[in-house]
Amino acid sequence: MENVDFSLVNWSRAQFALTAMYHYLFVPLTLGLSFIVAFMETLYVRTGNQEWKRITKFWMSLFGINFAIGVATGLILEFEFGTNWSNYSWFVGDIFGAPLAIEGIMAFFMESTFIAVMFFGWNKVSKGFHLTSTWLVAIGSNLSALWILVANAWMQNPVGMEFNPDTARNEMANFWEVLLSDVAINKFLHTVLSAYVLSSVFVIGVSAWFIIKNREYLFAKKSIRVAAVFGLLASFLTVATGDGSARNMAKYQPMKFAAMENLYDGQQNAPLAVIGLLKKNKEELDPRKEDFVFKIEIPNMLSYMAYLDPNAYVPGIHDLVKGNTEHNIISYQERIDKGSVAIKSLADYTNAKKSGNDSLAQVSLTNFKANYAHFGYGYYANRDMNELIPNVPLVFYSFRIMVGLGMHFILLFMVVLYLTRKDKMLSNKVVLYTALWSIPLAYIASELGWVVAEVGRQPWVIQDILPTIAAVSQVNSGSVQLTFWLFFVIFTGLLIAEIKIMTAQIRKGPDELKQTEINHV
Amino acid sequence: MFETFSYITLQQYWWIIVSLLAALFVFLMFVQGGQTLLYTLGKTEDQRTVLVNLLGRKWELTFTTLVTFGGAFFASFPLFYSTSFGGAYWVWTLILLAFVVQAVSYEYRTKKDNFLGQKTYEALLFVNGLLGTILVGTAVATFFTGSQFSVNKLNLTVLTGDQMPIISVWKGSAYGLEAALNVLNLSLGLAVFFLSRVLAILYFINRISDSEIILRSRKHLLYNAIPFVVFFLVFVISIMLSDGFAVNPIDNNVFMEPYKYLHNLLAMPLVAILFVVGVLLVLGGIILPLVKFEKFQSTGIWLAGIGTVLTVFMLLLLAGFNNTAFYPSEYDLQSSLTIQNSSSSLYTLTVMSYVSLLVPFVLAYIWYVWKSIDNKKIDIAELKSESHVY
Repeated sequence: MENVDFSLVNWSRAQFALTAMYHYLFVPLTLGLSFIVAFMETLYVRTGNQEWKRITKFWMSLFGINFAIGVATGLILEFEFGTNWSNYSWFVGDIFGAPLAIEGIMAFFMESTFIAVMFFGWNKVSKGFHLTSTWLVAIGSNLSALWILVANAWMQNPVGMEFNPDTARNEMANFWEVLLSDVAINKFLHTVLSAYVLSSVFVIGVSAWFIIKNREYLFAKKSIRVAAVFGLLASFLTVATGDGSARNMAKYQPMKFAAMENLYDGQQNAPLAVIGLLKKNKEELDPRKEDFVFKIEIPNMLSYMAYLDPNAYVPGIHDLVKGNTEHNIISYQERIDKGSVAIKSLADYTNAKKSGNDSLAQVSLTNFKANYAHFGYGYYANRDMNELIPNVPLVFYSFRIMVGLGMHFILLFMVVLYLTRKDKMLSNKVVLYTALWSIPLAYIASELGWVVAEVGRQPWVIQDILPTIAAVSQVNSGSVQLTFWLFFVIFTGLLIAEIKIMTAQIRKGPDELKQTEINHV
Repeated sequence: MFETFSYITLQQYWWIIVSLLAALFVFLMFVQGGQTLLYTLGKTEDQRTVLVNLLGRKWELTFTTLVTFGGAFFASFPLFYSTSFGGAYWVWTLILLAFVVQAVSYEYRTKKDNFLGQKTYEALLFVNGLLGTILVGTAVATFFTGSQFSVNKLNLTVLTGDQMPIISVWKGSAYGLEAALNVLNLSLGLAVFFLSRVLAILYFINRISDSEIILRSRKHLLYNAIPFVVFFLVFVISIMLSDGFAVNPIDNNVFMEPYKYLHNLLAMPLVAILFVVGVLLVLGGIILPLVKFEKFQSTGIWLAGIGTVLTVFMLLLLAGFNNTAFYPSEYDLQSSLTIQNSSSSLYTLTVMSYVSLLVPFVLAYIWYVWKSIDNKKIDIAELKSESHVY
């Protein structure tokens, strides 16, 4: 295709990535802190201890600062499917729109209604009603995550649908298959659990700061305990679901998996490179013996990770692109040819139907159906095949940094839990500063998780079926470029404001909060 | 139960839901209207704090309704989502920008170390109120006045030539901004803007006990009601007298029919009656507090609010029902979107219809919650005793 406006596709991608990454700076804290606050308030209601109320209100005030900006960036994301990915919105809107609508009806109203009770209801409703509201905010925000992640998972592994050639789109055939697909369940769990980890790291880091400053020791200790237990449990489950994600990836998105592992030539008993430094190589498709400058490997681990079998064969990038008859992998060229047939047959079918040529319509339809699994590859006829390979180093390094940081958090949770039990938290400056500096690391790990998921699946908007070049809206790229910078300036300004306000609020501390309350009640 | 419904029934059911959500959203934009009145009605810092807090407790409801409207429209009429959002790019993007800055402005306005300063956040609230209402009104007006686009699903199979494989293509390079320059569209935009201010004022006099604000509100109720009525009438009378985008039910051919929207009104008596009732309620909600303030100071917002929902609801039914193209293209009539050619599949509409059964439940808990925490008038003394103040 000579006709693709690359600058438009790339700016549209950049804008979506910008919005998604900013949005995800705020979402995980909302998802996890809402539960942490609910635990704390539960302790308050059960024990009647005012200290727990003070703790609850302090973390709630931070929750509020973070919440609004997450809502705002989320709105943009929802509408960008239409503004920047118009073809996509029609091509799969029949399936993709439903979770978005359900999210609004089921989750957003719950969240936004009960958040009002959480903030304004302290003196107006009963303790039980207030506590229930806090829990409903946590459940509501996590429900909204469920629906949007179901939608995202469906893009990675499109199931429960059928293409309707008369409407030129995919139509939902089975709602439960969409909702309960293994990718959807795994993605939801892995994402929300990692959000709980981030929130726990946040609570521990902020509490550590109070201890460093010699303030609020009891408050900090209590907060750390709740967060460390929650964080540790969530961490183990994040590892387990991450493992599930890798297996799903190997099964449904082998190219993403190979890219994540920098695996060019497939092999049996594939080792996992725990740490590695990649060779720079512009000619991605040239066969090479060595892809690493340096690496530390665990033998058979990659095969085990992908298929729970240390002897299993894991295909590499070359095998996927060039095909491998021994392992029943068809080449990208073949897939491109089949995809082109599918696209042409769709055109033939439509034209034949218009002109009343039923037999041609029937033949074209049969041809189309036989080749539909490769539909998206058809858009790469006469194009550079390298476009079908994601950015390997970015995905490779992102994955490793994310996992490494995840391990670091587990260790952190264990150490602080031990130290608070032994009441040794005060004296250990190294742990305190590590906890504090782990806050930005948790955000980096979360963002990198999305980099692996989303950069790794390029160029597919819908795996194998719709690439970015055929999903975009036809706006001039100058407009998208301009809106990109508008969003960039606004988001960045708001982020700076958020961080400053958050920091000021933390400096004020829970004590200040108590004082104002005492003064006014 | 929904499995027994015909495709067209479900399409109509979803048009009703989307229209109702849009109508609720227009009513809830009283929050936006109020944001443009902070300095008009509040002369001291305390007074502005009361106004901001009153609105701040409701912004999320408006916002959530907008998000849900977007999701529901996407799920039920995806071709509209792709054609309009992807085509009228600038109008929708500006609406989004206007809403992004709103959410945080409440939360950050009076916070310590807020980077941009209180005045900036107040300015952003104003921008949201001004641009948000006018542009939404303008966008809705194009349902009656038409836009410049073409839809060709065969484009998906275009692999060569100078065209991208994109189904919906907008004509011209203004990407929707041209709609804001159309006088008729703009008059609906301004009608929505002034209506949102009228509703905000009615809400304030229902909820605030500060006599100074009340006094000013009464004055400004009249100042905003007059332009609202003028712009609204200009729009409604114009579309009733102009040609509309009709669909031939037999061959789905779209053609221009003189007095189409007037015909729709006459063909659907229930819609006509509710439309008139809605308009009368809005007028009553404005006029009654103006003439007999003491007696009607609390009822104004109820009458005008219910009236607004009814009026907008019925207007959108006029645009979509009775063989009418709800999102017409002037550039290529046959590309116009109807509730039949732009909807989701029968299966998806059925699934979504089950989800829609949750709506009454959602409305019930919203009602219950706000009844429990919003039970008395608000003043600065109450706000000073609160732990969460905007």
